[in-house]
Order: sequence, then structure tokens, then C-alpha cells
Amino acid sequence: MTCRAFADFLDAYLSGELPRDVLASFEHHLELCVNCVKYLEQYRLSIALGRRALEPSTEVLPTDVPEDLIQAILVAFRLKAEATTLD
Amino acid sequence: MNSNDLVQAMDPAGASAVDEPALIAALQRGEEWAFEAMVRIHGGRLLAVARRICGNEEDARDALQSAYLSAFRAVQRFEGTCQLSTWLHRIVVNMALMRLRTRRRKPEEQLVTLLPAFQEDGHHVEQFSEWAMPADRLLEREDVRATVRSCIAQLPESYRQVLLLRDIEELPTDDVARMLSATPTAIKVRLHRARQALSTLLRREFAR
Repeated sequence: MTCRAFADFLDAYLSGELPRDVLASFEHHLELCVNCVKYLEQYRLSIALGRRALEPSTEVLPTDVPEDLIQAILVAFRLKAEATTLD
Repeated sequence: MNSNDLVQAMDPAGASAVDEPALIAALQRGEEWAFEAMVRIHGGRLLAVARRICGNEEDARDALQSAYLSAFRAVQRFEGTCQLSTWLHRIVVNMALMRLRTRRRKPEEQLVTLLPAFQEDGHHVEQFSEWAMPADRLLEREDVRATVRSCIAQLPESYRQVLLLRDIEELPTDDVARMLSATPTAIKVRLHRARQALSTLLRREFAR
């Protein structure tokens, strides 16, 4: 397996979707190629960093909806409800 | 039960203390207090979802408002096969995606420049070096999170969307495919490329 094929199969490898023969070839390449070991580590870490950066508990966000937005939604609701009743 | 009861029943951890079947029944009767309770209980989390996808406050607010009105129209058909929060999440994701489609596209870096390059014999062109900090330290630091958010924002839009919907919003591939009018295979390919591109952008930031 080449580094190019290894990179193509990364996602399927991480989700456990590689057929057995391809998996054996993938893991053999991993034993031989230090550069691809680093590429795999950094690909994995990138997924984890993306999740961590945007997970709600760590985002710099107010927990509640601004009151003016709630009121705007409620006004729109009343208009919609009135229109529905008139129909 | 009225809206005060429902709002009092909310705890900081979320809507777990709310009597959801009672809320849904009131919503289906068109009662305003139930609609307000649904906005107050779920709005904060949904606004965060809309902000992540839209990338700006104005579109996120519009998407949230449209999502709630859409939910009001559709609640008669809500059969309770999933939680109300899950149902609302999908509606707000769809509305946020619709906002993105109407927005003028910003100039963006071509994806091909962010994918790994290979020599004719299939070896990587680049020799990858270690990153400046170990993984556990990178994962802890707020300044790193800000850098990662900035890198995600640099991804070409169609790739950023798939990364957000699959890796952050954790929607199944088939659902994302329906939302983006693509095949599940195309979504898998796009997710893989998005992750590769993000990895390239992060390497530029963190490699020694």
C-alpha cells in the first residue's frame, strides 16, 4: 500500500469499515511508514480538537436566548397563530 | 400547568425536569405559554447550533426564529418518536443551512491546496513533524480552541458544513445527505476531505 492509498483509507479505518484484506495491508503500511503514523495521529487529533473547540460546554456563548429575540419570536408566533385562526 | 410552572421546572442541566408529554399536548392545542416555554427551555442550545452553522449572529437569530415558526406549523404532526429537543435540533439545522444558501459566498481557499500532496510513487511530498505541544495540552487550552474555530471557519463552505453536521452536531450520514441533497457516499468523501483539510490548517498552526 502507498501513502496515497493509506490516506484515502484513513476515514474508513477509523470507523472500522475496512475489509479484512485491506485492513491487513493498511496496518502493514503503518508498521513501516513513520510519516503515515504521524499523519494518522494528526488526523485523529484534528477531529478531537474540532469537537472540543465547538462543543457547547466550552464555547464562549450566553446560556440563554437574548430576551429581545424571545419577544420577537413570540410576536411572530402570535401573528402566525392569528393568521391560522382566520384561515 | 402554565408557563411559570414550566419555566420554574427548568433546571440548569436542561429540560429533564419538564413534563414533555404535557408540553407537547399544549403545543398541539396551540397554547402560547407552551410555545414560550419551548423557546425558553430549548432556545439557548438551539441558538448555539445556529451560530455554529451560520457563523454570524444575524443569520443565527433569523434561523432560530424561522425554526420555531416552522416547529409551530409542524407540531401537529409531531408523534413523539424522538425527544422534542432532537426534533427541534433538526429543524434549526435545516433552517441554518437554508440561511447559508441565501448568503453570498465568501472567497475561500481551494480545497486542493489543503489536501495532502503525493509524489509519483505515492509517497507524501511533505515530511510531517511533531506538533509543538502534546495532544492533552492542546485539547485543554482555550487559545487553541479559538485557533481551531478559526481554522474550521477557513474551510470551503460545503466541507465546513459536513464537518459541523457530522463531527459536531453528530447527525447520521444519511440525515446529512438528505439535508444537503447529496448521496451518503458523497457525504463520507466530503467529511474525510474536510478532516484532512482541517488537519493541514492545524499543522500550519501547531507543527514545530
